[in-house]
Order: sequence, then structure tokens, then C-alpha cells
Amino acid sequence: MYKGPFVCTGCALLCDDIAAEIQDNRIIRVDTACRKGVSRIKGCSSPMSCMVNGKAVDIDTAIKEAAMILKSSKHPLIFGHGNCTLETQKKTIELARKIYAHIDDTSSFCQGPLIEAILNEKLPTCTLEEVRHKADVVIFWGADPSNSHPRHLSMYSYFPRGKERQRGWEEDRTAITIDIRKSDTAALCGDKFYEIPINGDSEFINALFSALSNKVPKTSFNMDPKKILELANILKKSDFGVIFAGLGMVYSLDSLEPLLRLINKLNETSKFYLIPMVGQYNMRGFDHTLFKETGYINRVYFGREKIEHGPQHSIIELINNNVVDAALIIGSDPLASLPGEIAKKLANVPLITIDPCNNLTSQRSKVTISSALSGVECAGTAIRMDGVEVTLKQIIETDRFSDEQIIKQIMGKI
Amino acid sequence: MPSLMEIYQMLPKTNCKKCGKATCMAFAVDLLARKINIDECTPLKEEKYRTAYEKLKEMITPVGALTETGFLVHEDKCIGCGNCVVACPVNVVADPEGTASGRAPSNDKVIIVIKDGIVRPVNIQECRRFGPNKTLCYACIDTCPTKAIEFV
Ligand code: SF4
Repeated sequence: MYKGPFVCTGCALLCDDIAAEIQDNRIIRVDTACRKGVSRIKGCSSPMSCMVNGKAVDIDTAIKEAAMILKSSKHPLIFGHGNCTLETQKKTIELARKIYAHIDDTSSFCQGPLIEAILNEKLPTCTLEEVRHKADVVIFWGADPSNSHPRHLSMYSYFPRGKERQRGWEEDRTAITIDIRKSDTAALCGDKFYEIPINGDSEFINALFSALSNKVPKTSFNMDPKKILELANILKKSDFGVIFAGLGMVYSLDSLEPLLRLINKLNETSKFYLIPMVGQYNMRGFDHTLFKETGYINRVYFGREKIEHGPQHSIIELINNNVVDAALIIGSDPLASLPGEIAKKLANVPLITIDPCNNLTSQRSKVTISSALSGVECAGTAIRMDGVEVTLKQIIETDRFSDEQIIKQIMGKI
Repeated sequence: MPSLMEIYQMLPKTNCKKCGKATCMAFAVDLLARKINIDECTPLKEEKYRTAYEKLKEMITPVGALTETGFLVHEDKCIGCGNCVVACPVNVVADPEGTASGRAPSNDKVIIVIKDGIVRPVNIQECRRFGPNKTLCYACIDTCPTKAIEFV
């Protein structure tokens, strides 16, 4: 049977126009999604099972063991949440409060500063629908959506014809890439590709700032000043400009100050917005949820007396300083995404993984609890990269518990 | 691409007409244009032609998914981003609310769509490169980030 539309949870673009052909509760064809999305929707190539110390167990035993580890831990950490629904995230925060845990997510070492600035209204932002209908200048900065978010350009940012952009990409939009290498996305931008050296973002921002102020832009890497002036001109003439900020930019800036200065400058002559290129489908959702509850987006410690926040509560510092004595990992694979040394140390902490699929972290975990694939085997809500809430539908049935149900059961046993 | 003579040399050259064509040369012409399937030449299945048959299969299959307009997708390269689907001027006219706006197709008049994560031709005879008023359109090729589309 052919059904839809469903929402793809392959990345934080959360494309909501997906159709699927279902036969005997199996997804046999997925339409409109990109290849990355199809592989997410069709399910894990290697599903995870419930295990304790490498032995297969039933789910009750795994949940009991997880509860025991967390209960006896003095400094537990709950980490991940990027591939979980908002409902699950609320539960993990509740669990963290209950067991006086540290809680953090991947935003702690990637897009966190940008999301924080947006939630604190320091950075102007807009929705992807506005991008589709209004944007005439789009900048991919340290981002390569053609690989990370394959439908970004076709669904919203460059190719579609929008209400105020009827002539589409050929005449009505200009796409620009600023990056350290000629990515697939940069290749689509033709001569509007600005190649900068590693960590050169802040210097490039300063040069662009000069150009916007009608001064001759200089860079230590000798980019042709004419090229930067030409870019400044395009930006000044823009009606509705959007910067899509990728990890390349975030990693390279020591602080957001140069970026904020640039955005303010751009907004003197035209309208400019920023959208962070969030990777996991609901990482932004976790930051919103924790922010609503604590005023912080990540790096929180629910101490017995008070809630603490700061860099010392980030997963990196907690592991580095040997603070954590047990960790619950949900909807994430930190052993694959953390810097090598930190990952090695984390692997030696007793780990509990809740996930539908096997991954590097689950292989090193003391307890694994297999859950339903969100957006496919269970419904929920999530927050897209631009901050818009999206409802996820269930596509097929499963007898596995959702992440949310598992957390509830763990709480019940503590 | 193999040449016409290369293909012809590998056929039985008996002009037996079992494929429905008057001569083996006529069969070779159609095979090269992908208008006919190799298997229509039944004598090729005989043991003595086995090497020739296998070689022909190999020469012809890389463009097995080729359409009449020559639209060819390298499936290993396509990431299903849909840039071509949204940029295709025929799709834009056929489906302004759906594909042209970046969304799933809203009717069946579009000529390329994304199925199972890969671009597939559907009504490719409507492609601008086809028919009496053909033009050399490059919209799908130019917008592909992985160079997965080719016209051969
Ligand atoms: S771009 Fe992201 S959300 Fe959209 S179909 Fe691909 S993986 Fe899914």
C-alpha cells in the first residue's frame, strides 16, 4: 500500500513530503526522500538487541540493570538526545533531575553557541519557508549541505520557485559558498565560491566588514580585494539574505563576536538572517527543551542543592576530569563523534545505550536497550534546524518500546 | 560506447530474422540505440556464441537504464538530492505547486522524480531534448552536485 506524507528523520531538515510503499508492515519503497533519508526510513542495517555485559537478555532485565547502574552512580551523565523526540527529551531531563545527573548533548561541541545566541535573541533568524519564498541571497558558510542535508538546496534554499522568487535560481537567487575547500555545494555556486584557509573565518569576516564599509579589504591569504568588494555589493543589494552556518564556521570562530558584528552591519542596509546547519534531526529540540526548563541549552548539572551550568559541565570536561562514573547514552553515538582521546576515556566508563541500531558506542556498552526507530516505528514531535516544530508520524508497527517508554520504565525502577 | 561494427562482429551474422529484424546489421543498429534487448537474438544463447553474448551484455548493460532521450543516471553517484527534479524546466511547467516549489510531485505529468533515493525518468519523452522541437537543455546536469546525470 502506498502511504504518506511522512516526515523524514534522516537529518534536521525534517522533509515532510515523503511517501512510502508498505507491504506486510515492511517499508519496501520510499519516494521523494534523498538517499540518506531512504536509508534512515528503511531501518537499521544492524539492529541493536538488549544485552547486559555482552549477553543477550530480555528488555526487563536490561532496564533493571540500567536502573541499578544509574542508582548507584554518584555522578551519572545523560548524553545524546539528538535522534530522540521532544517527548523523550523531556523525560531524559526529568530523569536527570531525579538522579542528580549531568546532562549534555552534541551541541556542546558543535552548533551550541549559535542556537544559544538565537534563543537569547542575539542573532536574527527566519524559517525555511521564508527562505523558499523570499530569500534572494543564500550563503553556505563552512557547510556542505549537498552532503550533510541533501535536499537543502532543492527543497528550500536555492532551486525552488517561491512566492517572491518566481524565476527561481537562474535569475532570482544567488548562492554563495565560503569554505576551506571546493565542496560539492561550492561547485554549484560557480564563481561565487570564496576559498579561505583553515581558521580563516574571522579574518575573512573582518575583510568583508571593511568591504561593506567601503574600505579596501585586506587578507593575509591574499584574496583578491575586488572579489570581496563584489561580494559586499551582492550582500548590500540583497532583499532577504540568509547565512547557513555550518560546523566549519563554528569550529573556526573563538567567539561569536565577529559574526554578530557582521550580521549587524549587513542589517544596516538589507535584511539578513542566520540558520544553523543542525545535523541530527532533533538536536535543536533538545536545546530548546532544556532552555525552557533551565535557561541553558546544554552543559547542565542537576546538583542536590542547585542547578549548575558551565564549560566544566560539558561532556568533554566531565570525561577529561574523570568526574563521571556512569553514562546513559540515548539517540547518539559519542564514541564516533567525540575527539579520539575523550572517546577512549568515555569507553572506560560503564555505559548504557538506548538506540534502535548498533553503533560504536553500543558495542562498548555494559547495557544496551533496543528501542523503536523514531519517525518510523513511533510518532512524536521534533524541532527542525530553523526552530519550527514538526510532527512525526509512525509509518510501521513495532513491538519495541519507544525511547520515552524506556526512560519512564527506568525511572520507575529507581 | 561500443561502435556499431564492434557489436555487429559479435552477432551470428546469419540474418536469420528470429529477432524480427531483416538483418543482423539492423539488429546491431537497434541494439546500439537501446531500442531492442540483446535477448531478442535467440541464437546468441547457443553455446558457441556464449563468449560473444556475455561480452555484448557487458558492453550494453552500463547504460541499461538509458531512455529514448539518452538520459542516463549513474546510480552509484546519485544522492537523491532532487536538485534536477526541482530545476527541470519541464517539471516546473508541469507541476508549479509540487516539484517547482521544492516539494514532492503533485501530479503525474512530471518527467523526473526521486524514487528510493535515486532520480528516475518517468515521462521522459517530454524532455526538452526529445521530439521535433528539441533543444540542448542542461538544467539537470548543471544542478547535479555529484555529476550523476549524463546524456549519451
Ligand atoms: S534532506 Fe534530510 S530530512 Fe530531507 S530526505 Fe534527506 S535525510 Fe531526510
